[in-house]
Amino acid sequence: MASNSGSSSSSDRQRIAQQRLRIIAGHLQRSEDGDSSSTVLLAAECKAQESQKTAGCSGEEKTVPRKRHEIMKWNGWGYSDSRFLFNKKGQAEFTGKRYRLSGMIIPGLKDWFEGTFGASLQHKTPATPVLTSSSVPPPTLNEAFVEELKSTGIPFSLEAEDRVFRAHGHCLHEIFALREGKFGRVPDMVVWPNCHNDVVKIVELACKHNVCLMPYGGGTSVSSALECPPEETRSIVSLDTSQMNRILWIDEKNLTAHVEAGIVGQDLERLLNESGYCTGHEPDSMEFSSLGGWVATRASGMKKNIYGNIEDLSQFSDGFAVVNIVRTDNFFSLSLMPKAERLHQGQPPLLQDEEPWVWSPEVTMKIRPMPEYQKYGSVVFPNFEQGVACLREVAKQRCAPASIRLMDNEQFKFGHALKPQVSSIFTSFLDGLKKFYITKFKGFDPNHLCVATLLFEGDREKVLQHEKQVYDIAAKFGGLAAGEDNGQRGYMLTFVIAYLRDLGMDYYVIGESFETSVPWDRVLDICRNVKARIVAECKDKGVQFSPLSTCRVTQTYDAGACVYFYFAFNYRGLSDPVHVYEQVEHAAREEILANGGSLSHHHGVGKLRKEWMRDTVSNVGMGMLKSVKDYVDPKNIFGNRNLL
Amino acid sequence: MTDTIPAKNNCSQYRDSGRAGSGLENEEEFVDLLDEQRRSSDLGFALRTFNPNPFKGASPCSTADLNKAVLESQYLRYMVKEIAMETGSSVEEVREEACGILEEMSQNLQLGFIRLMAYVLSKVFKRLFTSIFVNTEGLNTLQQAIQESPVILMPNHRSYVDFLAISYILFSYDIPVPVIAAGTPLAGMKMIGEILRRSGAFYIRRAIGSDKLYWAMLSEYVKTIVRRGFAPVEFYVEGLRSRTLKSLIPKIGMMHMVLEPFFKGEVYDITLVPISISYDRVLEESLLAHELLGIPKPKESTTGLLKASKVLQEDYGSMHVNFGRPLSVRQLCQGKINRCQYNLIPRDLPQKPNAETQDCVNWLAHLMVRIQEEGSVVSPWSLMACLLLQTPITVLSQEGLLWHLLTEKTLWLRKLALDFGARLNWPGQVPDSDVMSSTVAIHRSVVHRKAGCVYLVREEEPARKRPISPEEGVIRTAAAVLMLASYRNQSIHIFLRPAMLATAIHITKTTQRDELFTFFCFLQDVFSNEFIFIPGKSSQDFEQACFLLKKCGAVHISQQEVLVSDVGLEVLSFLRALLQPFIESYQVMFRYLCEEEVHVLSEKQFLPAVRNVATKLILSGDLHTYEALSSDTQKNVLVALRRLEIVTKLRASEQNEYRVNKAAVRRIENILSGEIPPQMLQTTPDARL
Repeated sequence: MASNSGSSSSSDRQRIAQQRLRIIAGHLQRSEDGDSSSTVLLAAECKAQESQKTAGCSGEEKTVPRKRHEIMKWNGWGYSDSRFLFNKKGQAEFTGKRYRLSGMIIPGLKDWFEGTFGASLQHKTPATPVLTSSSVPPPTLNEAFVEELKSTGIPFSLEAEDRVFRAHGHCLHEIFALREGKFGRVPDMVVWPNCHNDVVKIVELACKHNVCLMPYGGGTSVSSALECPPEETRSIVSLDTSQMNRILWIDEKNLTAHVEAGIVGQDLERLLNESGYCTGHEPDSMEFSSLGGWVATRASGMKKNIYGNIEDLSQFSDGFAVVNIVRTDNFFSLSLMPKAERLHQGQPPLLQDEEPWVWSPEVTMKIRPMPEYQKYGSVVFPNFEQGVACLREVAKQRCAPASIRLMDNEQFKFGHALKPQVSSIFTSFLDGLKKFYITKFKGFDPNHLCVATLLFEGDREKVLQHEKQVYDIAAKFGGLAAGEDNGQRGYMLTFVIAYLRDLGMDYYVIGESFETSVPWDRVLDICRNVKARIVAECKDKGVQFSPLSTCRVTQTYDAGACVYFYFAFNYRGLSDPVHVYEQVEHAAREEILANGGSLSHHHGVGKLRKEWMRDTVSNVGMGMLKSVKDYVDPKNIFGNRNLL
Repeated sequence: MTDTIPAKNNCSQYRDSGRAGSGLENEEEFVDLLDEQRRSSDLGFALRTFNPNPFKGASPCSTADLNKAVLESQYLRYMVKEIAMETGSSVEEVREEACGILEEMSQNLQLGFIRLMAYVLSKVFKRLFTSIFVNTEGLNTLQQAIQESPVILMPNHRSYVDFLAISYILFSYDIPVPVIAAGTPLAGMKMIGEILRRSGAFYIRRAIGSDKLYWAMLSEYVKTIVRRGFAPVEFYVEGLRSRTLKSLIPKIGMMHMVLEPFFKGEVYDITLVPISISYDRVLEESLLAHELLGIPKPKESTTGLLKASKVLQEDYGSMHVNFGRPLSVRQLCQGKINRCQYNLIPRDLPQKPNAETQDCVNWLAHLMVRIQEEGSVVSPWSLMACLLLQTPITVLSQEGLLWHLLTEKTLWLRKLALDFGARLNWPGQVPDSDVMSSTVAIHRSVVHRKAGCVYLVREEEPARKRPISPEEGVIRTAAAVLMLASYRNQSIHIFLRPAMLATAIHITKTTQRDELFTFFCFLQDVFSNEFIFIPGKSSQDFEQACFLLKKCGAVHISQQEVLVSDVGLEVLSFLRALLQPFIESYQVMFRYLCEEEVHVLSEKQFLPAVRNVATKLILSGDLHTYEALSSDTQKNVLVALRRLEIVTKLRASEQNEYRVNKAAVRRIENILSGEIPPQMLQTTPDARL
C-alpha cells in the first residue's frame, strides 16, 4: 500500500516533473525562435547576445541603426523620408508613409503660414544639402585609449558624419548652424556599447586615460545638453547607447520591466505591447528619445495622469561606477508647492541627474497592462480663461483623463490650418455646420475660443463614465463637446509638429517651444505675460513681423499645471537671427521665473538654462550638487558640464 | 532734471531752450477745446456718440460686479478673518463693516451722468475760462496706450476743477473716462457727491491712519480696477490739492496700490500718464492764501458751492492741460524690482513691501511729480510774480513799482526761463505790452495798475469801528503776498536747481566745485520737503544747475571750479533772491526752536507761536519775507527736522509732542547762514548733513 502509494506518488512526481520540463523547454524554444523576447531572461554575457542578436527580434527590427544618418536627417527633425514641403502648386504636403498625415495635402497651411509670419514662398532659405566632411574639425584622439578600446572589440567610429550627428540636440541654434553647414566642437569619436559590461569597460578606460565621456541617447535634447563644452581640451568620446535597446526581463507578478537605457520610446512601447503591457509614458518625442534621456531630464509623458511621470515610473536603475541618484522634481522652482508634490517619495531634495554621474545603463520601470479601451475627445471653450478654469476644476476633483490639454486661440487656429484635405463633401459640410453652430448659434468669438483635447483610457465602462464626468465639468465652464476627431488630430499633430520647424526654416521662419510648470493661480497670468513679453521683445529687437506667440496647458497637477509655449518669427531683415532668437527666449525665461514659473518642467536644465540654477536651488543646493559630483566623478569623466 | 526720464524728454528740454519766446503753441499742438465748443451746442456735445476703445480684453464691469469681486477676493477674505480674530468680533460683523466701507467708497460710473456733467461743465467752463488748451498729440498717444495696458492718469492737483476738466476732455476726445480717487469731503456734498460718484469718483477718507480694514478695502478696490482695466484710474500722487501751487511731496500708499498688480504679474504692464494742469488764475486763490494764514477752509458743501457761484462772474484766463508721454512701468522698473519676491508666498496674502520695492515706488512717485512739473505751462503772470516778490513791500504797497521797469524785467526773465527750458504760455502774435497788460487785468485781485505804476491790492475789509491793528495789517499784506508767492511757485521748478547753486556760491563764498556740491546737497537735504528732488539724483541735479548757469553765461565752469562771470551777477542775484524767502523763513523757525526755553513742543503750540514771532520780526523790520507766516512752510520745517531726526516724536505723547535737539538745529542754522564752511560739512560724521 505504502509502496503502491509510494510508487504511484513517485510516478506522479515524475509526470509532473516531466510536464514542467516540457513547459520550460517550450518557453525556451519560443525564446529561441524569438517570438517573445520580452518574457525571456537574456543572458548577461554580451558575447552570447552578440550571437543571438541576428536571431533576436530586437536586433532585426532595430529602429535606430548605428549609422543614424542612414534613416534620419542630419540637419533637421526625424526621418529623412518625412518632411513638409510646398509643392509646385504652392500647396503644403507631408511626404513619406510613416504618419497618418503622410502623403496628404494640407490646403490651409500656406495661407496660415504667410498670414501669420508675413513669410512668402518666394523667399527661400534652403539648407546646405550635404555634410561636407572636410569642414568638420579633425578628431583629437587619445591614442592609448583608442588602442585599448580596439582590444575590447566594442565598435567605434571616427567618421565625420557620426561625430557631427552626436554633437547636437534640437535647439534652434544647433539646427540653424547645421543648416548653414557650420560645426563647432564635435565629439572626437563615437562608441556603441552593446550592454552594461561594455559601458563598464569604456568608463574604466576613460578613467584610466582621462578621456571625457558624453552619453548620447536619442539626441532630442532641447537644452544644449549635448553641446561639447568648448573649454574641454581632452578627447571627447560620445557614448551612443542606441544599441542597448533590449528589454532584459519582465516581472509579470510585480508589473515591472528591466530595460536597457538606450531603447527609444516607440520600441519600448511596441515590444511591451507585444506582451500585452505598456509603460504609458508618451512624451511628444517618443519616436526618437530614449529611456536614459527620459530619466536624465525627468521626462513627462502625455498620459502622466494615469501612468505618472518618469520618476513615478522608473523605480530604480542599475548604477555601476557612478551612483544613480533619482532626481527631485524640478516642478515649481520657487517652492510654492506642498512638499509632497515637489519631492517624490524617498528622493533627496535638490539633486537632479542631468549630470551623467547618475546616468545608468539599465532601468527598472513600472509597466501596466495595455488599456482595454481608448477614446479621444475635445471641448471648445468660449475663451482661454474659461478653459483654464475648467482644467483647474478637473484637477481639483482629481478626475483628469489620461491626457487633457488646452490650446489657446492662436494654437487652435494653427491646428485648424493643419487640417488635411477632406475626402468627402459630406465631411466638409459637417465641418461647416459645426463651425456655424459654435460661432453663430453659441456665439463663440472665433478669435477668442480655444480647444481642449482629451484622451481617456481604461475599462470601457469606466472610460464612458469618466468621459461624462469631465464633459459635465466642462459644461459648467461654457465648454461644448467638439468631437473625437478633433481630439485625435490634436494628438497626432504633436508628432508631426517638430517637422514643421524645418519647413519654416526653409522660408525665413525660426522658432522653438519651451515649457514651465506653474501654480494654478498664476497660469493665466504667466500665459498672458510671457506671450506679451515675446511679442514686445521681438518688436524691440527689430523683428519686422509680429511673431507667433502661443501656448497650451499640457499637464495638470494638484497644485499647478505645465504650460508649453510656442514661439516663431520671420527673420527677414535681421543680420543675426539666432542671436535675436536667443535674446527673446532668454527674456521669455526671465518672464517665466518672474511670474512664478519653474526653470523647467521636463526639458531639463542642460547648459541652456544653467545660469538660473543658483537662483532656483540656492547656494546650498548648488553646493550639494557639486559635492555629489565631486564625490562620484572627481576627474569629471562625464564632462558634459550640464546643470552645474 | 532727471536722467531717468527717457532721453527724449531731455533732448526736448534742451532743444527748446535756444528758442525765441514765441510761446509753445508752435512746438506742440495745443488746441483750444472751448473754441470748438463755443461753436456748437452744449446739448449736442453732451449727447454725442461716445464709443471709446477700452483696454483690449477688458470687458465692461458694472459697479455690482466690481464690488462683488472685491468683497469675494481671497485677499479680503483673509483680511476679514484676521481682523475678526484680532478684534474679537465675528467674521460676519467684519464683513458687514467691509460692505459699509465699500458702499461709502465705491464709484458708480454711468454714461448718462457723464453726459449730464458734460453738459453742465460746457456751460461752466465757457464762463470761467477763455480757453482750455490741450495737447492733441498727448491725447492721441493716450488713446493708443489705453488699448494696450491699464492706464493710470496722474494729474497734478491745483484746483477742484482738475478732475472735472480731465473727464471733460477725455469725454470730448472719445477716450474712456476714468474712475477717480477723490476725498470723502466731496462725497458729503448733497447731490454733488452722488453726481460725482456716478461720473466715476470713488471716495477715500482723509485720515485712514491704522484702520486695517479700510486699507484692505481700499487697496483691493484699487487693485481690482487696475487688474480689470475697464477704465483708467486717476489719482493725485501729491495726495492733496496744493495750497501753495507748488508740487507736493508725493504720497506712496496709493502709488504702491496701483503698481502692485504689475509687481505681482497680474497685468503685463501698467502705463503711467503724467498730466500737468496749469491755470492762469486759480479759482480758489484767495481761499488758499487764507488757509495758509490759519483761517480754516470752509467745509465742502453744496450751499457753499452755490454761494461761491460768484466765481462764475470772474475771468480766469486760460487753462492748459498737458498730457505727458505714457510711461511703461515695466520699463521704468527694470532692474529696480525683483518680481520673483512675490513667488514665495501666495499672492493674495498681505505682504509688506520690502525696502527695495518701497524705494522703487518712492522714486517713481517723485519722478512722476518732476515730469508733471516739467510738463506744466508757465504763464507770464508767474514770471511777474517772481519779480514782484523781489520788490520791497513798501514799494509795492505805497510808492508803486514802475510799469516799464516791471515790463523790462519780465521780458528779461522770459529769456532766462526759456534758456532754462521752460514751457511758456506767451502768446506770440500779440505785442508784449498787450500780453503784460491783459495778464495784470486778469489778476486785478492781486495787483492793480495806476498811472504807470503797479500796486499790491490788499483785501478790503468791511468798515470797522476801531482802526486796524499793526498785526492785522501784517496779515492783510501777507494774504496778498502769499497769493503772489503761489503764482511764483508755478514756475519755481524752472529756476530751482540753478538757484540753489547760486545760493551755494553766495553763502559759501567758494569757487571749488566739490565744496559747492556739498553745500548743494545740504540744501537739498534741508529743503527736500519743500521741493521735489528725485532721491539719489543729487549729482545729476547739481550737474544740471551748472549746465544751466553756464548756458546763460552766468558762470564759467572748469574741472574743479565754478567762477562767476562779470555778466552773471544779475542772473545770480535774481536766483538767490528767489530762494531767499524760503531760507529766511526756515531760519526764523530754526532760531525760534533754538531759543525757546522748553525742550518739548507740540504741533498745536508751534504754529501760532512761530506765526507770532514772525509777525513781530516783520513789524520790527528784521524779517523781510511774509512767507514765514505760511503754515505750509512752518509744517514743512517740522517735517524736515523730523526726517533729519533732529526733532523726535515723544512716544508716550498722544498730542503730537516733539523733543528738539537744539544743538543739531543750531548747527543747521549755522551752516545755512554760512558760519560753518563747506569743508567742515564733508567731515561731519553724520553723512546726511
